This record gives sequence, structure tokens and C-alpha cells, in this order.
Amino acid sequence: MNAPQAVLVRRAGRTWEVVIGLETHVQLATTSKMFSGAATAFGAEPNTQACAIDLALPGVLPVANRAAVECAIRFGLAVGAQIAPRSVFARKNYFYPDLPKGYQISQYETPVVAGGHLTIAWEQDGVACERAVRLTRAHLEEDAGKSLHEDFQGYSGIDLNRAGTPLLEIVTEPDLRSAREAVAYARALHGLVVWLGICDGNMQEGSFRCDANVSVRIHGSTELGTRCEIKNLNSFRFLERAIDFEVRRQIDLIDDGGKVVQETRLYDPDRDETRSMRSKEDAHDYRYFPDPDLPTLEIAPHWIDTVRAGLPELPSARRERYERDYALSAYDATTLTASRAAADYFESVLSVLGNPPNAAQAKSAANWVMGEVAAALNRDGLDIGAAPVTPGQVASLIRRVDDGTVSGKIARELFALLWAEPQPADDAPDRLIDARGLRQISDSGAIDKLVDEVIAANPKSVEEFRAGKEKAFNALVGQVMKASRGKANPQQVNDSLRARLDQSR
Amino acid sequence: MSGPSDLGAASVADLSAALAQGKTSALELAQHFLDRIAASGLNAFIDVQPELTLAQARAADQRLARGERGPLLGVPVAHKDIFVTRGWRSTAGSNMLADYVSPFDATVVERLARAGAVCLGKTNCDEFAMGGANENSYFGATRNPWDPAAIPGGSSGGSAAAVAAGLAPLATGTDTGGSVRQPAAMCGITGIKPTYGRVSRWGMIAYASSLDQGGAMARSASDCATLLTAMAGFDSRDATSANQPDEDFSRSLGASLQGLRIGLPKEFFGAGLHADVRAAIDAALEVLRALGATLVEVSLPQTELAIPAYYVIAPAEASSNLSRFDGVRYGHRADNPADLADLYRRSRAEGFGAEVKRRILIGTYVLSRGYYDAYYVQAQRLRRLIADDFRAAFSQVDLIAGPVAPTVAWDIGAQTHDPVANYLADIYTLPASLAGLPGMSVPVGLGARGRPVGLQLIGQAFDEARLLNVGHQFQQATDWHLRRPGLSQ
Amino acid sequence: MSLHAEEVQRLATLARLDLNPAEQAALLADLNAVLELIDRLQSVDTQGVEPLTHPQALALRLRDDAVTESNAREALQAGAPRVEAGLYLVPKVIE
Repeated sequence: MNAPQAVLVRRAGRTWEVVIGLETHVQLATTSKMFSGAATAFGAEPNTQACAIDLALPGVLPVANRAAVECAIRFGLAVGAQIAPRSVFARKNYFYPDLPKGYQISQYETPVVAGGHLTIAWEQDGVACERAVRLTRAHLEEDAGKSLHEDFQGYSGIDLNRAGTPLLEIVTEPDLRSAREAVAYARALHGLVVWLGICDGNMQEGSFRCDANVSVRIHGSTELGTRCEIKNLNSFRFLERAIDFEVRRQIDLIDDGGKVVQETRLYDPDRDETRSMRSKEDAHDYRYFPDPDLPTLEIAPHWIDTVRAGLPELPSARRERYERDYALSAYDATTLTASRAAADYFESVLSVLGNPPNAAQAKSAANWVMGEVAAALNRDGLDIGAAPVTPGQVASLIRRVDDGTVSGKIARELFALLWAEPQPADDAPDRLIDARGLRQISDSGAIDKLVDEVIAANPKSVEEFRAGKEKAFNALVGQVMKASRGKANPQQVNDSLRARLDQSR
Repeated sequence: MSGPSDLGAASVADLSAALAQGKTSALELAQHFLDRIAASGLNAFIDVQPELTLAQARAADQRLARGERGPLLGVPVAHKDIFVTRGWRSTAGSNMLADYVSPFDATVVERLARAGAVCLGKTNCDEFAMGGANENSYFGATRNPWDPAAIPGGSSGGSAAAVAAGLAPLATGTDTGGSVRQPAAMCGITGIKPTYGRVSRWGMIAYASSLDQGGAMARSASDCATLLTAMAGFDSRDATSANQPDEDFSRSLGASLQGLRIGLPKEFFGAGLHADVRAAIDAALEVLRALGATLVEVSLPQTELAIPAYYVIAPAEASSNLSRFDGVRYGHRADNPADLADLYRRSRAEGFGAEVKRRILIGTYVLSRGYYDAYYVQAQRLRRLIADDFRAAFSQVDLIAGPVAPTVAWDIGAQTHDPVANYLADIYTLPASLAGLPGMSVPVGLGARGRPVGLQLIGQAFDEARLLNVGHQFQQATDWHLRRPGLSQ
Repeated sequence: MSLHAEEVQRLATLARLDLNPAEQAALLADLNAVLELIDRLQSVDTQGVEPLTHPQALALRLRDDAVTESNAREALQAGAPRVEAGLYLVPKVIE
């Protein structure tokens, strides 16, 4: 595994380093809200899931949701963080129409989760990189409602259905050095919270939103530059573009002798730019103080133990298992465990292949899952759960390549066929091989015959080869493969061709 | 019961007995008090809805007819307009909520309705319970039945005046820094603020959440015990509700005071205490001594500093609690706002009165960056010291006694120009509020210009039953609680 | 500590309160009188004293994760100043 070297931006003779920290708002998968018994389901009619507490009617009081606290404990344990035995809910005071109380109940001085780290892997200029991103904290808070700006000339409409939905805000140290790395972190975190079952991971519905703190500094300087916070990035693509734009903006600004002002900015996908947010004007003075309506949150050790006992095998554990038992590279292991579904898919391929599967089989399985399968999923925008090709079928393909029934090239063609026209049976690849007569030709007689024909038909290439041009040899091999419609065993073709050319010298 | 004219003077036990024996009906009682309310010029009520009241009375009569019995079944009660109610407006004495009707009932309102008490309406109070004179109400000052020129005290001034004038046998109140005890004292009635957490805050329009506590106001300690028994109890909707078993606060009424140790904090008897009040308090203490109690001097060293501590913590919490009033979902909204900021700034400026604005700004200041530690955190440290003072005192005594206020009620308008003077008058009630301890006011005489004086009794956490019994024993030996202001007869 | 007019204005802005000049002048005097009162806190040495945030030292009680509230939009919006299509209307929010 390569230690990531800093991504540097060179401009006008100066070299810049980008520094990024992420704050991610993860909507917790509870059925009711953080402090009220209203439903959290997405997409209901406006304000039909905003109860008296969510609307902050006079006289209402908050009562905290145990399941939300448990989600926080699960997360904390999964990232090796400290679970605070006593943590405090505080009021963050500011006026905004989607914030009914005029304050958000959050955690400030003592969050429920402190520390921990998340290991991420990404490719940088073709180089596989890995980093353990340090987490500062994760705290519980309530979501705000939504302002709808359309349809009411001059007015905004406020829907408070989302107000009070439990959030876990997960904050990193400024450890990230490029937009790509930030995206790798966001993907890994997304994979983890879904893995843990504490978030549905639906980014279109806003279940997983990132704020990016971005600053730049001359490479080598030790103190951080002035940062800007880009709010509410709800797709990995937007996250990457917003950071790229913001980095360019900040460097241009400084190059033109300007100064970056600390502010909150909004990414506009249509214009692909970030702009200052007027609505966060007195963001500088939230007047935090402990919420007098909510006593100290106490989490007893036995509660933590119970939650720990109920945790699924974590990505980190699987990663180690893959490296130890299957000798996979750290990059492969980390990539495969980025999502529980992908890891499960990989493991079911293995289970069909052998018990226990050997390192070679594991490597091929990894290559298929990270290669063909991932590419096809990407292309069609599918979740691995919806992959048309079953793990069993991938296993058969691997087997058929290993036992020489088909070449790797044919196997990839078969995969494409099965993807386009799905079939349930795990042995579907074998049927296709027979039905389409794709079985590899290994009968030496048949191969020699093809080779002779090709030699006869290409005197020119033969000449060139004899004159010492190795390329001509490859051309002849290509001709033979072509003549066999790709079915001839490449190794045998090589041997036969070389033998014949030599003897006829 | 010999006739309606006595109903105003009858104890809750008498009313309940008369109802049980069919000597009167809930309807007759309700009508009697509604008539008195309509006839009174005290401005003690903000909202009265006779048809709603009479409907509740009829329902109570049906329950009685079915043979149901209960200490409050069919007995009228008035609610401070800080408790939200369906049917009656819930204004908190503010223009901000002048027309607001709550879609739900406060837990206290719900519990009393379940007990069969009949709601007479909503009583006047200082805006959002901020004040000690009832002059900060958008709906005008309430007058003191003992002297229409005098304030009734506050913030539960409407409830105190209503009980004193016989407009209601019972009333609920809320006490954040003395708002049950001080008006009770100034109107010559009995009032108790229980331990913080005893009475659910669900449906109590919040002023300072870590101090707010519902309380009972009535003519006598035994009536207060009956009312508090129905009001108090664990409520899962309030995360600060004390998880204590329900109690019958009347249970120890009748216990002797023999050997009771009463602590007298020397800080409560200093130069600030006016002579007329002092005389009445001393006389009352003599009565308690005669009843078998021993009087011990104790010290609550931080008493003076309870004032600044309170006037940091309460406004800080208030500034945040009142942010929800923004003209968006309910309440007052300014006409044709130019933009969002204008909507907020004018809706709030028009909706809130001067004292509320003062406290919001003070609270905003003490929480703002750079001042938080010096003011808010320091005040909370002081709050700890004040609680420790009480703990030390209670290692020597069973309860603490002293004046409720340094003076009797002052004249309406006499102090409106001077907020600080009003704040200083809270000195004897603030310490128990900050410590979350139960405090009670018992009428013990008349001071200057024939205006009532109250004796404050402060108990250990959850020791209300003892306070109520001490008040009851005192009232068995005296008749101050039976004295009626001439005016309302 | 004593406030200047512009500080009062800053607080009024933070608290979203429109103050006319007369009010501002009166408030400046009142607030400074109150500040003088609360500044007495500074006279006490509270080194090592744990701040008291809740009168009863109880732990947070937690609720089971169950939906207990059903749609009551009509009742809850009955007194709303301005509603359209179930939404609360406010002058355009500029982000």
C-alpha cells in the first residue's frame, strides 16, 4: 500500500496544498423523531408529519429517542471511538424559518462520540492509496425542515416534516488532501453507516449530506489557511466538483492579491460554482448553552456491551480477514469492504469457488467484483444487490477460465451476455458455452491445421518473422485466433506456430 | 351549606362535602363563581368562557350523580394563563399570543379535568411570567382585592387576586423566582411551589425551563394540599419530571410540630426587611414556637448573590425559549413584512412588551460569545453554592422560615420605571427557586396600610407534605387565612 | 461592564427585535442598570465549583422509538398566520 503523497496544485510558480475536513449529516434510520413521536418517513404531504413538538408550539417539551442514541453508540464502536459516559444536549440559537424553536438541539462541548478513525482507499494517478482518516467527534442533533422557493411569488413555503429527524453529525480532522480523497472518505463513511444499519443511505432523499471545510496553503507551510464551509453536498459528484471549484476560487483569489474570508458557501450544481450564503449571517454567535429541558445523557457500560454484542462483522475485521486468509492487497481488501453488499457478493463468489478458496481464486474473484461487476454496475447505475449476474455465475466463469474451457476474453463476453439477458441458474455460463460452441479448442491436431493454413495464407508475415521481426509473429498468432473465432487455446497456438516456423527454417 | 353567599368563603373540603351530599351542584358552584368574576373589577381574568365552564360543571354533576366521588369533583379552579388549554385562549399575558388557542391541554389542566375540577377560565399574569407586580400584562394590571390601588404581586397575580377575592376557591400558578409565593403573600392567601420536577411542565409556556415550576394557590394549606395532590405526578412528556410515586399531600396534615426544628436564615432578616413585615413574621414565628417548634438561626451566605445569579440564568433561558415566537407558525405576525428579517424583527417587537424585551436582550448578552463564561457559567457555579448553602442548613434544621418579600404590596405604577428595584424585591424567594426546593407562603398578618404579609416556609426536596402541615398547624391556631378583603364582598 | 448603543443594536439584531430610537435609549439605561446588578457575580471566587444546570441531578430519560403522533395538520395550522397548500409562508428565504 502506498502512502498517499500530497496532491499539489502548481500555479504561477507557487505550489499549493489543499486541506479538507468533512462534516457529514447522517439521518438515522429511526421510525420516530429525535425528540417527538412524529414519523420520519420520507415524502409525506407537507407538514403532515410535524407534530406540536416539531412545530415548537407553546408549552411543548422534548423527550429523546433511545434508538437514536443506540445508533450513535453503534457508530462509535465501529470506528473505535470513545463513547462518552455522560454527554450533554445543548441549544444552538439562530433564527431561520425551517428551525421552529429558533434553536437546534445539538451537542456542543461534550458529544456522545469522540475520536475514532475511518480507513479509506482510493486511486491517485493510477497509484493505489490508503489513509486512516481521523475523526474528531460524532454528535446527535435534530434536522431542520425545508424551505420551498417555487410557486409562491415572493414567498417561500415551509415544510417541517423533516424537522426533528435524528441526525448524527460526523466530523473529521482536516486530514483530507484532495477532492478525490474526500469522495473516497464520503463513500467509505456511507458504506459504513449503511453497513451498520443506522442510515438508509439514500442520498437523493438527503439521508447523507456532507459539508466540506476547504482551505489552501502554500505547500510546506504549517498553519492552515482561512477555510470556507460548503454546505449540503448530497452527492459524491457534487462533493468532488464543489471542492475542485472552491480550491480554484481560493487560489485565484489569493493570486490576485485577495484574501479568503471565512464564510458559509453553497454549491450550485447548475452553474457548477459555490457562492456565499447570506442566510448564515450571524453564524458567528450561536449562543450555545446546555438545554435545560434535557438532563445529562448517561450511557452505562452494560448498554455499550449489549450494543457491541449486536454489531455485525465490521469492514475493518473483514478487511483484515481478506488480507490474512486470501492474501489480498490492502487496496483490494479495502475496496471490497467499502460496502457490505459488495463484500457479501465477493464472499458468495468465493463460497461457490472452493471451501476454503485459495489465494488465486480469491484474487480472481476480487478482480471480477472490482472489475467487470463494478464497471457494469456503474454503467447502469445499479446497486450490487440488483446485479443481473449472480455470484454463482461469476464463480462458474472463473472456474471455466481456470480449467481452460474458455479464455478470459470469452469469459468477459459471457459475462456481458448474462448481464444483458439475465438467467437464474448458476450454471448458465456452461450452458451458454455449449449452446454457442464457445468451448476452447485445445485439440493439437485442429490447432496445427489452423496454423498451417495461416502460414500458407501469410507468406509476407512469415518473411518478416524470419527477418527477425517479432511483431510479425504476434500478427500470425492474431490471425490464428481470428480463424478460430477466439476459441483456440492461445498458449497452444503460440507453441505450434513457433515450432512450425522453426522447423521450416 | 346555608347559601350561595357562603360559597365564596367555603373550604374545598366543605364544597366537596356539599356536592357529595347534594346540598349544591357543580353547576350552581360554577355559576356562582362566574357571576362573581363578571362582577369583579380586579381584571384578574384574561379569558372566561361561561358556556365551556358550565359544560364541564354539568359533566361533573353527571359523574357525581353516578356516585363518583373525589376531593375536586365539581370544584371550580382557575388556571394561570401560562398553562395552555383547549377552548380558552392561552396568551401568557402577551400580545404575541393574544388570540392563541392551544390544540392541546397542559398536563396540569388535564389532571385537574380528570379529577373533575371545573375550569373557570384563565387568570391574568405578567407577560410570559416575567414580573413581580402583574403590571407587565398586555391585558392590563390586576388589582389587589385588599386595596385596588395596590399590585397583587406577580407573576401569578391574577390567580392570587381571584382566590383572595373569592372569585375562585382554587387557582393554579407558576413560580420561577417567586411567582406563586410572592403574590400569595401580597394577597393574603396560601400558595406553594413544590420541588422542581414535581409538577409537569408539559403545557406550561416556558419562561426559564430550569426554574419554572407549577404551584397551587388557595385560601388554606389544606386546600393547597388537595390541589397539589391532583396537580403533581410523574409525566413522561417532561424529561425533567421527577420520577416520584404519586403522593397525597394531605396525608401528614394534623401531625404535631413538637420538636420541629425551624431554621431562620440571618440573611433573611437583614436591613432590607421592612419593620411592618418583620413584626408580622416575628409574631408568626412565636405561634410556631408555641406549637412546639424550636427556632434555630442558620445562614445562607449566598442569599444576596441569588439575585444576580437568577437574573443571568432566567433571562438566558428565556431569550432562547422565546425565540420560537417568530410570526411564522402561530402568534402575532407583523403586517406586510418587507422581507424575512423584517417579519421577524417587527413581529417580535410588536408582540413582546418592554420587560420581555429587556430580559431577551440581557439573556442574549450573557450567552453571547466572550461573555458566556463570565456570566452564564459563573451564575451556574453560584447556583451550586446556593444549593450547597441549603444542604448545610438542612443538616441542622427540618425546614427554613422567613419572609416572602421585604415589603407588602406597593402601589400600582410605583416601581414600573425601575426594573432593578423590582428584581431586588425577589431576594427571599430566589434562593429556593435556584436550588429547586419547595417553598410556601402562609398569610400571617397585615402590614403597612392593611396589606397582607406572607411567611415563607422552605423545605428539603420533596418535603412538601411537611411544609403543608406546618402551614396547616399554623392555620389551626390562627385565622389570618380566613380574613377577607372588604372590597370584594 | 457597560453597553454602548451599538452593542444594544447588535443584541437586538441577534434577538430579532426591532427597536425604535426611544426604546433603544430607554433600554440602554435599563440594560446597564441590570448589568451593574449582575456584575456582582464577579465578586465570588468559584474556582473548582461544578456549574449546576439542572436542579435535580437526574439522568436523561429516553423514549422508545415509536410513532405516537398522527397527522393533525388541520388543527395545528388552524391559528397559523399564513398557510398555503399545507405550507407555512414566509417572505422569500434567500440562501
